[in-house]
Amino acid sequence: MFIAYGLGALAALVSARKSLGRGLVALGAIAGAGAGLALGATVIVTGVPFTLFVPELLPLGGGLALRLDSLGAFFLVVIGVGAIPAALYGAGYTAVYEDGRASLRLLGMMFNLFLLTMSLVTLADNVLTFLLMWEGMSLTSFFLVMTEAGEERTRNAGLWYIGMTHAGLVMLLAAFLLLTGGTGSGAFADLRSIAPSLTPAVRDIVFLLAFLGFGSKAGIVPLHVWLPRAHPAAPSHVSALMSGVMIKMGVYGLLRLTLDLLGGGPAWWGGLVLAVGVVSALLGVLYALMEHDLKRLLAFHSVENIGIILIGIGAGLMFHRYGLMPLAALGFIGGLYHVLNHATFKGLLFLGAGSVLHATHTCNMEEMGGLIKRMPWTALFFLIGAAAISALPPLNGFASEWLVFQSLLGGVNIPVPEVVVVMPVAVGLLALTSGLAAACFVKAFGITFLALPRSSEAAHAHESPFSMQCGMGLLAVACIGLGVAPFAVVPVLGGILAGLGGLPDTRAEFTYSVFLQTPGVFGQMSPTLLALGLLFLLGVVPSVMWLLRLNYRRRLSDSWGCGRVGQTARMEYTATAFAEPLKRVFAEIYRPMRELTVDFHPGSKYFVQSIEYRSEITPWFDQSLYRPFLESATFVAQQVRRLQAGSLHLYLLYIAVVLTLLLVVARWF
Amino acid sequence: MEYVLEVSQAVFALALAPLVVGFVRWLKARMQNRRGAPPWQPYFELVKLFGKEVVVSQQASWLFRCVPYIVFASTLTVTFLVPFFFVPGPLDRVGDLLAVVYLLLLGTFFLALAGLDPGTAFGGMGSSREMTVAAIAEPTIAVAIFSLALGAGSTNLGRIVTQALGNPATAISPGHLLAFAALFIVALAETGRLPVDNPATHLELTMIHEAMILEYSGRYLALIEWAAALKFMIFLALLANLFVPWGVATDITPVALAVALIALLLKLGLLSLLIAIIETRVAKLRLFRVPELLGVSFVLALLAVTSSFLLR
Repeated sequence: MFIAYGLGALAALVSARKSLGRGLVALGAIAGAGAGLALGATVIVTGVPFTLFVPELLPLGGGLALRLDSLGAFFLVVIGVGAIPAALYGAGYTAVYEDGRASLRLLGMMFNLFLLTMSLVTLADNVLTFLLMWEGMSLTSFFLVMTEAGEERTRNAGLWYIGMTHAGLVMLLAAFLLLTGGTGSGAFADLRSIAPSLTPAVRDIVFLLAFLGFGSKAGIVPLHVWLPRAHPAAPSHVSALMSGVMIKMGVYGLLRLTLDLLGGGPAWWGGLVLAVGVVSALLGVLYALMEHDLKRLLAFHSVENIGIILIGIGAGLMFHRYGLMPLAALGFIGGLYHVLNHATFKGLLFLGAGSVLHATHTCNMEEMGGLIKRMPWTALFFLIGAAAISALPPLNGFASEWLVFQSLLGGVNIPVPEVVVVMPVAVGLLALTSGLAAACFVKAFGITFLALPRSSEAAHAHESPFSMQCGMGLLAVACIGLGVAPFAVVPVLGGILAGLGGLPDTRAEFTYSVFLQTPGVFGQMSPTLLALGLLFLLGVVPSVMWLLRLNYRRRLSDSWGCGRVGQTARMEYTATAFAEPLKRVFAEIYRPMRELTVDFHPGSKYFVQSIEYRSEITPWFDQSLYRPFLESATFVAQQVRRLQAGSLHLYLLYIAVVLTLLLVVARWF
Repeated sequence: MEYVLEVSQAVFALALAPLVVGFVRWLKARMQNRRGAPPWQPYFELVKLFGKEVVVSQQASWLFRCVPYIVFASTLTVTFLVPFFFVPGPLDRVGDLLAVVYLLLLGTFFLALAGLDPGTAFGGMGSSREMTVAAIAEPTIAVAIFSLALGAGSTNLGRIVTQALGNPATAISPGHLLAFAALFIVALAETGRLPVDNPATHLELTMIHEAMILEYSGRYLALIEWAAALKFMIFLALLANLFVPWGVATDITPVALAVALIALLLKLGLLSLLIAIIETRVAKLRLFRVPELLGVSFVLALLAVTSSFLLR
């Protein structure tokens, strides 16, 4: 794995011919991801952890310690599943950078290093290794976001991203510092034994810090602000990886720390994770609905899906506290399953959006339309991804959302009435989220791919190259496969969780049966048979119609336009219009700004010269949460600027003063 | 034998669905002092539509031609999961209430896409409104399911019916009644009935469902109309059998099945009457008042869960 990624990175640096270099970069990444996938799968199947300890490297922090247990292995598999298609796609996609807009060498090297450090995060077995790899992952992805650094928007996005990720790193540093409790040993095994002896207050603080730190990477509301900025700026295959895979490292860290190292905690931990999950899911999808930039829309959906994952994990943590172990396992399984599913369908959707961007040179949905005729394969793959993310059976989003729903329904078993009464609200809001997601993807697919093209770019779009189609095709197959075969996934996930924080082995409950069921048989269903039934009926209905010899004549004609002849794209419904009813329904949350300017004829106000309508939605947490902070930071920076006068004499004075002060301090203490 | 019954249940529902729609129309006409078309009129309409040629928009893509089959097949799949007059069906384990809801959402999703495909303003308008109503109806359904599942200890339809049959007191518990009211409102919204949508009009400003399928004709329209009737029938059967399960056969004897059939027809008739009365008495709501109605239904569903938990 290391060798493959290393070679991939090296190939990017040295390759003379650009197309060969792109191929080698992809090959290195695919080989590395494949090796990671194989390693992860081996660990999951055999259950034997893989360990590698190199004390000579990083001698201060206890050496470079790598250990892959089943939880890490699962996330390594997720990386592999997301990275192989993305790398394949990238081989074709990066051809647009051959004009010198961005450095292909930097992009190729960082792409491989990003995958390598991200894989090592799942393997890290002590604090220093973990944090180093974490930072490596953040920095390499920062360079990937900055690929098109020539654009103002990209630089702005990079600034937000690096700021948020480092704020998160500070939280993590503090959390781990508290957790080591001054013993000096950062090995995860030692932390596990120390954790129970910590006071509850310290444990609470560690949890909160870690939740904020990992949450800033995962993109929970209100720490998600970098997602809708960074994802559209990055090249599409990188967005697919960042959104599909990297933000899941936040989930991994949260699980590792709370469940494995701390061994679970009080019920409010789970409650907090659940509540934040619900808020993230709902706000994520609501803002996605109002977004007409395809990639920003997808970025907001990542916030939504992280929310759904956290709902499962939060429910799991609560059940864990109340000793309802099979239900806890159900919640965690739902969350982890959604992690894997989101990696496939969100990866697929970002790659699809990339193909559209590749063909039309825009991400604005209002300028698209009719692409289904010019890009049939991309359209089909995007449709599969859209149906999967909307949790429609029999695709994979449905299977994992069903598990999350069932775990929430299991909430009635919690012995505390106050908690139980709140559970239905979570159920309702999760259902609202999935309904709104379906509405949003009708908009995203319908406006982008259907009807007439709204611009000449869209009218002259072309299908993307074969390597890009392959990347999307792989993920589309994964979406269908994971959807119809949950019976093969759920028991494996049960096995992964066995033993973590005292969770029992649930492989007896979640057997390899075609029927997916919850512990205690609260609900049962089988996506496999549903899919078969749907397919069967899809075949039967037309055959019966054929047997009955119905009228099969078909005539092509114009769409009905109230008697108007000659349809143009201006008559079509736009994305803004599509989302308008929901904007009005949730006006309290959006607080939209409207501006209507009407220019009348000077003679009479019954003659209108021009009408200008502007409507804008600025997320209020951007306004109320970040603006004061940014303003004060800018203010402080302005003050500090006075120190830097550019005069050498002044700097010499500073040095002298500081030196004297240091000497005095050293003398006293 | 059980499988034969399961299939015959679905075929029965498929065959009866147009009649139920026609019956509601006929009742409505009578209440409004009109003579009205006979209840079996929808069958003639289906036959007529199946016999006509199809006119397809030049702007539409292949998706437009696939959608009627997808909608029909997904609705028909649901029919196999719903207990009409016999529990527990052998296919009960294949899908629970959540699966039923999401399968119906699958149909709505594709129908909304088909509305956008021909590129007319009407289609887009219908799609937008339909998805809005579907999305905000979703929480009520989920919470009502929660409430039902709480009583029965399962989300599977067969189990819910058997549990309620074994314990008749639950059927008149406050939680059950509140959940019934909540689900009834949602059923009106989901099947495009007054006061949410008016199934009898083609007036552009008020259309939801009809605007979305405006471009369809011939056999495609027939499939969509039939699927819509089937969806209506499914919602009525769910309301009838989940909340008032008496009469549903639990063992396969001719007598029990005959009783179940008569009970089902009676319950469907009563619900049709209720809907006809409502459609005669209330006016259509403004589109932006619909969320308030669905908000009410959500609160009812929440109260249902709370009371069925506290009174458990």
